[in-house]
Amino acid sequence: MQTEQLSFFRSTTWTVIGITQYIRGLFESDHNLQDVRVRGEVSNFSQPRSGHVYFTLKDESASLRCVMWRNTVMEQSFLPKDGDAVEVHGSITIYEAGGQYQLYADEILPLGRGALYQEFLRLKEQLQSEGLFDESRKRPIPQWPHTIGIITSPTGAALRDMLNTLRRRYPLVNVVLAPTTVQGDDAPPGIAAAIKALNNIIKPDVILLARGGGSIEDLWAFNDPRVAYAIAASEAPLISGVGHQTDFTIVDFVADLRAPTPTAAAELATPDRAELMVSLSEINQRLVRGMLAIIENERWEARNVHHRLERISPSGRIRTDKQRLDEYIIRIGTAINHVIKFQQTRLTGVQQHLSSLNPMAILDRGFAVISKADGKVVRTIGQVKKGELINVRVTDGEFGAKVSGVGSENIHNKSD
Amino acid sequence: MAEKIKKIEELPYEVAFTELGNIVESLETGEHTLEEAMALFERGQVLAKHCAMLLDKAELKVKQLSDDSLLEFRGEE
Repeated sequence: MQTEQLSFFRSTTWTVIGITQYIRGLFESDHNLQDVRVRGEVSNFSQPRSGHVYFTLKDESASLRCVMWRNTVMEQSFLPKDGDAVEVHGSITIYEAGGQYQLYADEILPLGRGALYQEFLRLKEQLQSEGLFDESRKRPIPQWPHTIGIITSPTGAALRDMLNTLRRRYPLVNVVLAPTTVQGDDAPPGIAAAIKALNNIIKPDVILLARGGGSIEDLWAFNDPRVAYAIAASEAPLISGVGHQTDFTIVDFVADLRAPTPTAAAELATPDRAELMVSLSEINQRLVRGMLAIIENERWEARNVHHRLERISPSGRIRTDKQRLDEYIIRIGTAINHVIKFQQTRLTGVQQHLSSLNPMAILDRGFAVISKADGKVVRTIGQVKKGELINVRVTDGEFGAKVSGVGSENIHNKSD
Repeated sequence: MAEKIKKIEELPYEVAFTELGNIVESLETGEHTLEEAMALFERGQVLAKHCAMLLDKAELKVKQLSDDSLLEFRGEE
């Protein structure tokens, strides 16, 4: 909002963007313009590739340009065509580049359903204030349902979609259909009775309450307080799958889980067989790997223990001792040889000594041994008398002799 | 062992799968003798086969609540 005073003489002069932004500020500071609901007839409706929607709202004497951005368009269950009478909600502000004011729409409702919508809002607020939508009321959806109760029309596409989905994802489950009409005046009490019957007779792990897409009137049974209270009273958790992605009903707010479509409701209620197979094969691999690891560990332990056992076992010591024993034996042998040699040497010495003591050896040198007739060796002269016969032993034999005298008197003269 | 296997055949999927998971956990982290581990492994294999069989062979059973009684559901086609 810049204002530039260009000269002393002139009043304030704006730039185009400056004044445009000023006007935009006026629009955006007006609360009425920021939350506005306008009814009129659609003309010049266009949706170029960008996905944004452009149209003009007209009545007899005025027109209003409207824009709906792509993100909002995608959440819109209803898109008008030229000539439709609609009610548009949004905010009005300035499109600066075009120098135009526009209604930036966040909701387009076909006219005539506005009353239903108001009723929907009123009921939603009422049930909300009664606490029916409280997060604390939401029951958890079991991961592995055994029995799934389905409440829908027995002839609708919704049932076929759900059964196909359950068959594909989790055929292990038992399905009990509580058939009911899902449209018209009989639908709300019918749906409420089906919820009660499933809870009383079947006690399913989870209930799917579903219906295919349709207009707001078609889906109106799912905005009925009787259905809302029956859901709140259900013991089994309930998943809603009503209409298309963009349809919201009271049932969606009371349900423990809201699915955008019947198929999605069946998906949210069950694990996926393909994923189960993957995780089963993964866990089976872990089982085998775990076992192999244990066996490998056991083998390692055994090897380890074997090594330790060998280290401490007596067989090792025996081997050492054996070696030592061999050494002893060798040393003992050597020692014995020494002893034997020593003894032999000693023996030879003794023999020599002994032979040197042999009296007969002296006879070699000319000595003789004289013995009396009784064999006694004569050592002194007193032992013999004159005339006594004696024995003389020389080295090579004996001869007899007669003592010719004893002492000096009888010594033979050498000159004789 | 034959009795145990028979029991496994009657287990619902999630019970068998949960026990299989516990066995794997126990094999991976627990201290077991080789014999205990082999017994766990064998039971785990039977459980895994049972689970695979359930996933392979199961056929969706659909019944219809009519007043207070259960009827076979034939209206799908």
